[in-house]
Amino acid sequence: MWLLNSSIGKKLIMSISGLFLILFLVFHVSMNVVAVFSGAAYDMVCGFLGSNWYAVAGTLVLAAGFIIHIIYAFILTMENRKARGNDRYAVSARPKGVEWASQNMLVLGIIVILFAILHFSQFWYKMMFAELMGNHEVMLGGAAVSPQSGSAFIDYYFKGNIVITVLYLVWYAALWFHLTHGFWSAIHTLGWNNTVWMSRWECISKIFATVICAVFAIITIIFYLNGVGGGCSATCVH
Amino acid sequence: MDKDINITLKVWRQKGPKEKGQFETYQLKNINQSVSFLEMLDILNEQLVNEGKEPIVFDHDCREGICGMCSLYVNGHPHGPATGATTCQLYMRRFNDGETITIEPWRSAGFPVIRDLMVDRYAYDKIIQAGGFVSVNTGGVPDANAIPISKADADLAMDAAACIGCGACAAACKNGSAMLFVSAKVSQLALLPQGKVEAARRAKAMVAKMDELGFGNCTNTRACEMECPKNISVSNIARLNREYICAKLKD
Repeated sequence: MWLLNSSIGKKLIMSISGLFLILFLVFHVSMNVVAVFSGAAYDMVCGFLGSNWYAVAGTLVLAAGFIIHIIYAFILTMENRKARGNDRYAVSARPKGVEWASQNMLVLGIIVILFAILHFSQFWYKMMFAELMGNHEVMLGGAAVSPQSGSAFIDYYFKGNIVITVLYLVWYAALWFHLTHGFWSAIHTLGWNNTVWMSRWECISKIFATVICAVFAIITIIFYLNGVGGGCSATCVH
Repeated sequence: MDKDINITLKVWRQKGPKEKGQFETYQLKNINQSVSFLEMLDILNEQLVNEGKEPIVFDHDCREGICGMCSLYVNGHPHGPATGATTCQLYMRRFNDGETITIEPWRSAGFPVIRDLMVDRYAYDKIIQAGGFVSVNTGGVPDANAIPISKADADLAMDAAACIGCGACAAACKNGSAMLFVSAKVSQLALLPQGKVEAARRAKAMVAKMDELGFGNCTNTRACEMECPKNISVSNIARLNREYICAKLKD
């Protein structure tokens, strides 16, 4: 099977799983925007994504996307280190025009996934997983809340908590570097590129990564300062 | 103005493919900056021979940047610090008095060291043999303009055909990938009507051979493009991906 055996096939798996995760990021950031304006609306989204069969199926597909992307990252890196040979260059310089991120995708990916584990332990484990275990209440800092009450989780973790906020901002920075290379590289691996589109895709990658990470960061800072629904004051229904 | 400079060379010495190599340090005095890099190595070798020592083995042939024989990883760059030039087109005026210059062979599993700075690049020839050609019936020479080819395609094919197969791409790549070379050799034919007949078979055969020979997987860092002495574009890699994926999907 060429998809599993050939170098281009393996890269294609990396590219498509990466693009799938990019789509997920777009979905996730839109969901967060809701929480800036209304806690009640956000809780509705959380209820919809609770332990319903379609949400669980979606989570399994998403988990598969993550796992494939991570496994292939390690397979490709190991093969590439072997292809590099046993002797390393004594002097090596990064040529002009080579992005730092492009040569450190594995490290950036590991940073992103470590923060993702923190994030899953804070939210997914106490929300969807708790519900699947049959718990209709989870303990959050001494208070019992519904696992579908996403707004309570956000307020608990972020409001006034500078450590968690800074950790999340570092996460977005690593994600930004990973995306600036990953986005255009995925398109390039699909073969959808030429001399004219090369610089355009690189530019689109930077804009996309910046918008996604900036929106995540702004939302996180709003949560830190004002909590859920902190994006509007009098006009919104909290 | 070119002046005479004194330099220190750190050169990789290795007796054979299986032997362990190490750096040797040499001093060279009064090297004029108008001397080419390879001439400087010739001077060093003459000095070594006169001292009764083994000269340094390195590849070279045309010394005008078209044959692709010279290699050398100089101060962290394949073909040295100059851009769009091979090692033989590099001159000592790129270096300063008192500078230490580190010279290493291409380091890649696909290019085992034969001796000192000379590596075995036969792997690239094997990839070409797998499909880097067009099969044509012999007979009368066709008229020059019998087959119309757009200027844009002709230019792109010509740019890809500038590849001299020196191996700097795989040497520069942190993944030891030969994709820039293979993509240039696929593109120069895939872009032209004469090459289209065998395009699908060619892409599959050359990529299969490249993988078999142990070259790495391209991660689009673009180091190959930045170090290529012939400025081959990575857009050729996108074309190879396209050709290969389409060929496999049609099977």
